[in-house]
Amino acid sequence: MASIQIFTSLQYLFNNQTEIELDVANLQQLLTRLPQAYPQCAQEVANGISVAIDGRIVNDAWFTPIEPNSEVVILPRISGG
Amino acid sequence: MSQYKARKFNVVGQRLQRPDGIDKVTGRARYGADMDAAGMLHAKVLRSPHAHARIISIDTSAAAALPGVMAVITRADFPLASGEYIDLLDHCMAGDRALYDGHAVAAVAATSKRLAKQALKLIKVDYELLPHVTDIEAAIAPGAPVIHAGVVGRGVPKGYSDNVTRFRSFGHGDIEAGFQQADVVVERTYRTEATHQGYIEPHACVATMGMDGRGDLWVCTQGHFAIRNMCAAILGMESASLRVTASEIGGGFGGKTTVCIEPLALALAKKSGRAVKLVMTRDEVLRATGPTVSTLMHVKLGMNQAGRITAAYAQLFYQSGAYRGYAADFGAMPAFAPYALENVHTEGFDVMTNRPKSAAYRAPGAPPACYAAESAIDEAAHQLGLDPLAVRLLNAAREGSKSSYGPTYAAHGLVECLQAAQQHPHWRAPLGENMGRGIAAGFWFNFGGDTCVSAFLNPDGSISVSEGNPDIGGSRASISMMVAEEMGIPYEQVRTTVADTGSMGQNEPTHGSRVTFAVGLAAIKSARAIIAEIRHRLAQLWEVDIDSVVWQQGCASCTDPNSEHKAPMDLRQVAAIASNTGGPIGGHHEVNAEGAGVSFGVHIADTEVDPQTGHISIKRYTVIQDAGKAIQPDYVEGQLQGGAVQGIGWALNEEYIYGEDGRLQNSGFLDYRIPVASDLPMIDTVIVEVPNPGHPYGVRGVGETPIVPPLAAVANAVTAATGVRQVHLPMSPPRVLAGLQAK
Amino acid sequence: MQHTHISTTINGQPVEYACANDASLLEVLRDQLGMTGTKEGCGSGDCGACSISLDNRLVCACLVLGVEAQGRHVETIEGMADKNNLHILQTKFLEHAALQCGICTPGILVAARALLAKHPDPTETQVRYWLAGNLCRCTGYDKIIRAVLAAAQAMREEPA
Repeated sequence: MASIQIFTSLQYLFNNQTEIELDVANLQQLLTRLPQAYPQCAQEVANGISVAIDGRIVNDAWFTPIEPNSEVVILPRISGG
Repeated sequence: MSQYKARKFNVVGQRLQRPDGIDKVTGRARYGADMDAAGMLHAKVLRSPHAHARIISIDTSAAAALPGVMAVITRADFPLASGEYIDLLDHCMAGDRALYDGHAVAAVAATSKRLAKQALKLIKVDYELLPHVTDIEAAIAPGAPVIHAGVVGRGVPKGYSDNVTRFRSFGHGDIEAGFQQADVVVERTYRTEATHQGYIEPHACVATMGMDGRGDLWVCTQGHFAIRNMCAAILGMESASLRVTASEIGGGFGGKTTVCIEPLALALAKKSGRAVKLVMTRDEVLRATGPTVSTLMHVKLGMNQAGRITAAYAQLFYQSGAYRGYAADFGAMPAFAPYALENVHTEGFDVMTNRPKSAAYRAPGAPPACYAAESAIDEAAHQLGLDPLAVRLLNAAREGSKSSYGPTYAAHGLVECLQAAQQHPHWRAPLGENMGRGIAAGFWFNFGGDTCVSAFLNPDGSISVSEGNPDIGGSRASISMMVAEEMGIPYEQVRTTVADTGSMGQNEPTHGSRVTFAVGLAAIKSARAIIAEIRHRLAQLWEVDIDSVVWQQGCASCTDPNSEHKAPMDLRQVAAIASNTGGPIGGHHEVNAEGAGVSFGVHIADTEVDPQTGHISIKRYTVIQDAGKAIQPDYVEGQLQGGAVQGIGWALNEEYIYGEDGRLQNSGFLDYRIPVASDLPMIDTVIVEVPNPGHPYGVRGVGETPIVPPLAAVANAVTAATGVRQVHLPMSPPRVLAGLQAK
Repeated sequence: MQHTHISTTINGQPVEYACANDASLLEVLRDQLGMTGTKEGCGSGDCGACSISLDNRLVCACLVLGVEAQGRHVETIEGMADKNNLHILQTKFLEHAALQCGICTPGILVAARALLAKHPDPTETQVRYWLAGNLCRCTGYDKIIRAVLAAAQAMREEPA
């Protein structure tokens, strides 16, 4: 089970939890199972999010592994100027 | 998943000259407006003089009847009605309402610029004026004129107008408990005004469209693939039917990552059957492209006697123009990112007004947030009699610190930057009368994204590299240098070209400080692919195992002790037998380059205030930043200096000024004043190198972070010089003088 | 609009053109003569990207009419290098990495040449004030000032 931190203003879509647990081994599984487990967040996930996995921000790379003890943080989509 | 491997560099780190240098000092380089096409028409755009108006009707018949006018378009010529690109289209060409002064309502293509201008005057637009709002405070108040009904995002707190479209918050710990632990709590409201990226080259393009529905576009842009994708979607074309070539680009800074005139030029080309050139005037650039957010920010910060920040809170409103913004995220996340805090909470709000759609500008959203946060830290340290640099060092985030926005940091160079500031002679230099010194730290995420590079071994042994990112500050040199380094050959043997959209796969624009990181990474891997192919072929030729063929210093040699001596082969020799060993040799790499390393910078500013006029001069300025690895140090220094001076402009001069009528009052470089040479001292730089674990050579992006700290560093310096906390940027002479007089 | 036939000298060579009476010299150079090395950043004399010299006087080409070039000597960036030999200023700009995007570079080089013709040994402050009419958004001016000072020194040591 990976422990997934949710940024503050998105927590209301996760029953006000700061952290949730999901059985996922990579980013694709995370993006698939998040809206399954918490249907309210489906729109946000579809609009695009970034995920920090062990301190590294990942936008789209589905096959980025998530280890059972990985730090996973959901963030708004990161880009730049 | 570290890619970084320590190594000794031969080419990387040298101050080598860029391949486009001679073209740019002789006037030969071709920018957006420097291209012509056979039989080309000239286009002009009619823009709304009103901040907010319903468009009742547009009568183009007289314009269309003018001899020499070949096409007139309005929104009716763009069938797109909804979807991802609808905001972009609406920003390029107004629908049933003009949403800001300068909003395009029609465009004309004619046989000369003169005729096109004349035709604009013949277009009759019937407007019904609507109430407008350009000020952020007025826009968030309940009862404000609403720009777009029904786009308020979920989760936006109650009590604001529907112009507040997005709310984001971040943080951890318990800030109320943190404030209880503080020995001093500072709390203030800060404001910053909108600025423009201020690139010297106005947007320009040349469009052609064949009767077969296939088009070509020459354009100055930070991302021709993004332009291709946006224009194709807006015009209902397949991407493969639109080939976009990036001209040399005369500055972008985030403002040339999106479309503004390109869909109009293509639509005019389609309608007229002729090539169409469309070049913006400076007035149009300022009224209808680019500008940044303006902000309203509340910050509260607690600090104990030791200098530890016990709690930090920021509420940040970002005015983003007439369409949904995104700066709330990028302000609320970086605000306190340089510090390891137990209790931190930040909130960002995106706010719509009757102003042009805001565009990215180097670390979009971060500079104002950093200004407010670093001002508060400065004020708390001052009240406690603590050294502001020591306070920052005490609280600095390190490798393994939990960031204020969530993730734990990998290795980065903030502490090294702060230590370099402490050791820099600037920090201890004496100050004269009416002078003050300010310091600030700043952060940016940096970005990677989709990237393609192809490298080819030419028949004579030289290497050509194709990549898809417009070169805005010397990146072709840096990419050639990385390929030369990897292959062990001289820099001069490699030439890098920016290829058009028909020649490469998808590339993210030149933004997010990504090019040296992401394109460099793909270029290194392309070089490695060439080496692998050469080793494979020579193993066959030499009839040895591939592991016995090694590539060193630009040559393949055989290490198999059982094989008779094989003379090493260099690229020229390998190229000479390429046809015999399987054909041309190339290497390519396509990747979504995740793993960009965060970048921190620390700036020191000395300012002098004229107590009679309130005028501020910058007397000394030092930029210290972690580059991970500086591939070409001149170009890294250039980014640090240029970003710092843009930040100085934001702090001191630059400001969008709107009248009561909602019209922009300073749409020229005379009144929208960017820093000039005589405003500035030399900008000292110190490059810190703490390798990014996510890049083979340790590269971090450097382009955006340098604009983050200057607003705060300069404001803190002016505060030190005047004894008046500077809470409103720009610190124009009237504002500073009013503060001095109120003291 | 009436047109006027103009005989002038551009970068040492005789040039003839007919231009509309209200056309700026910048429009003539760029649109009629194809000399796109001179850039347009504002069209109102505020940015200096179109700096040229007219009878050895530094001007913004966007503020001069095409008809005003009659019988006069125009120098643009295209005439700065001597065939394949770069001017010392051009060399120093490359050595000092004094350009990023390069759009302001032609104007700044032309302006710097005019400075050094008048003041062969300028101070840093003189260079900064002379170039105050040439906007650069990329560099923060640091490397430009250093390049001009280095070119001045090289030109004094080895007159062109």
